[in-house]
Amino acid sequence: MSKLIFDKSRSGRRAFAQAPYDSMAVAIPDALLRTDKPRLPEASELQTVRHYTRLSQLNFSIDTQFYPLGSCTMKYNPRACNALALLPGFAGRHPLGPVSHGQGFLSCMYELQEMLKDVTGMQGVSLTPMAGAQGELAGVAMIKAYHDARNDHERNEIICPDAAHGTNPATATMCGCIVKEVPTGADGDIDFEALKATVGPKTAGIMLTNPSTLGVFERRIKEVAAVVHEAGGLLYYDGANLNAILGKVRPGDMGFDVIHMNLHKTFSTPHGGGGPGSGAVGVSERLLPFMPIPVVGKTETSEGLAYDWLTEKDLPQSIGRLSAFMGNAGVLLRAYIYMRMVGRAGMERIAEYATLNANYLAARLSDAGFELAFPSRRASHEFIVTLKSEARSVSLTAMDVAKALLDKNYHAPTTYFPMLVPECLLIEPTETESKETLDGFVAAMIEIATAAKEDGVSYKEAPYTMPVRRLDDVKAARQLDLVYKPEQE
Amino acid sequence: MSEMPGDLLYTAEHEWLRREEDGSVTIGITDHAQGALGDLVYVELPELEQDLKNGGEMAVVESVKAASDVYAPIAGTVVAVNEVLADDPEKINTDPYGDGWIVRIQPSGRIDEGALMSPDAYQQFVDELDE
Repeated sequence: MSKLIFDKSRSGRRAFAQAPYDSMAVAIPDALLRTDKPRLPEASELQTVRHYTRLSQLNFSIDTQFYPLGSCTMKYNPRACNALALLPGFAGRHPLGPVSHGQGFLSCMYELQEMLKDVTGMQGVSLTPMAGAQGELAGVAMIKAYHDARNDHERNEIICPDAAHGTNPATATMCGCIVKEVPTGADGDIDFEALKATVGPKTAGIMLTNPSTLGVFERRIKEVAAVVHEAGGLLYYDGANLNAILGKVRPGDMGFDVIHMNLHKTFSTPHGGGGPGSGAVGVSERLLPFMPIPVVGKTETSEGLAYDWLTEKDLPQSIGRLSAFMGNAGVLLRAYIYMRMVGRAGMERIAEYATLNANYLAARLSDAGFELAFPSRRASHEFIVTLKSEARSVSLTAMDVAKALLDKNYHAPTTYFPMLVPECLLIEPTETESKETLDGFVAAMIEIATAAKEDGVSYKEAPYTMPVRRLDDVKAARQLDLVYKPEQE
Repeated sequence: MSEMPGDLLYTAEHEWLRREEDGSVTIGITDHAQGALGDLVYVELPELEQDLKNGGEMAVVESVKAASDVYAPIAGTVVAVNEVLADDPEKINTDPYGDGWIVRIQPSGRIDEGALMSPDAYQQFVDELDE
């Protein structure tokens, strides 16, 4: 394990380029100046550069390794998106600057709204949610606001399939709703009879991911939409798996009333170290008045087009603001540039190659003896392998395979989600991987399984080559302590 | 796999029930359930004297893999909770049918045994899940 920068600290050592000017403190009254030294590391500029460069080299990242983390859509982030988003006119724009100084930026945001509407079949888009989970919160808040505006106050139940992302029931609960769980059938589709028995006069809506978290397309989606709408509820589309259907079929056409899109997944903005994300929301006609603000509006004036922020004045029924400004501007720009580069035809290509890659991987792993969770179904952009039989016969669990893959220089797939499938790996290759990379991953999977089955190799201690070995996740959960305590000087 | 006790009743939600001499019912989760959840790190218990509906939320068990609601298999009033689990949730992993019990309920009505499984029926239920 690498030392912390604090451990490299030596009293009095300084990085002069970063050092504050002494004169800057002059205007602060003596009484307010601190007398004790701040607990900050003291290191030279070169030491600091080396420290953080080394840390960055310890990372697994999409720039260095195949990253088939199911449900996360870890596709390549084109360098051009980054370069163009950093143009001085964008990067130097102050969020509090006058609107007249940011017309270029605002026009990009307006076009992004329009493109997202077009590709999802929704009637309005707000870009302001800062992440997928905030998009979900905005979506369910809009469903609540819609029912409340109709004086339909009894509707407080949100239906979630048992395979839903954990954020779905969490979001419903955060919005003051009661979660009603609906089981999944053996073929991976929602249990339609159970759904019919669950909807009723208290149904506020249903939250669905389609293709589902099980990596299959919900085939009866039109009937699901009809049943929920007839009961007076609305349909929420969790955009986690939008990559699979991009340009092919639109949530708006399936009957969804509200959708959140993870721009950091589908539209290739960096995932970073858990952020910043972007969870733009799209709505159907009836939810337009409730969109979170601000939204970018366009008017035609005698001098040409003018773009402006729409706020409470324009959308008095809005669920309100989600952040101080209007979302993660830099992330939104990258998504905009990506969409412009890919173009309308490219959207379809994304879905086709994402799906082709997933089905190729699934077929090859299945041929190699791995058990698919839903062998009768065509995979969407991701699929599930279950290691149930390997776990029983040779004690090779999903966690063991995940850790062993790290030693073979592949990031692990998502493990133990969805919970419905025992010992599962959720594998999503995305469209940006080559056949050679996919073949390499299959070879690594086969090597691991063969070594365990035929040579009795145990991977309980894997990984061996990583900066940290197998972590004690029980201890991490029970004794969570992330605070660095420097030694007393 | 620990021995499945023969004197308990079981549910499809992988809970077990034991009738006590004073008429109360002790409830926990089965060995199969703890195995599927993995190492437990946290247990949320109900309040004493809390009234529970049949099928209502009774407790939450959280493992390194997932958090899962535990539903009351019968209606009644909570007369005891296993306080030890607050500090030692792993008791459910090590002794699911003994020290890892979760709640004791005083049933509010007759227990519908038809809705519960015998040890043999539960064993068969689990075997089918494993296939």
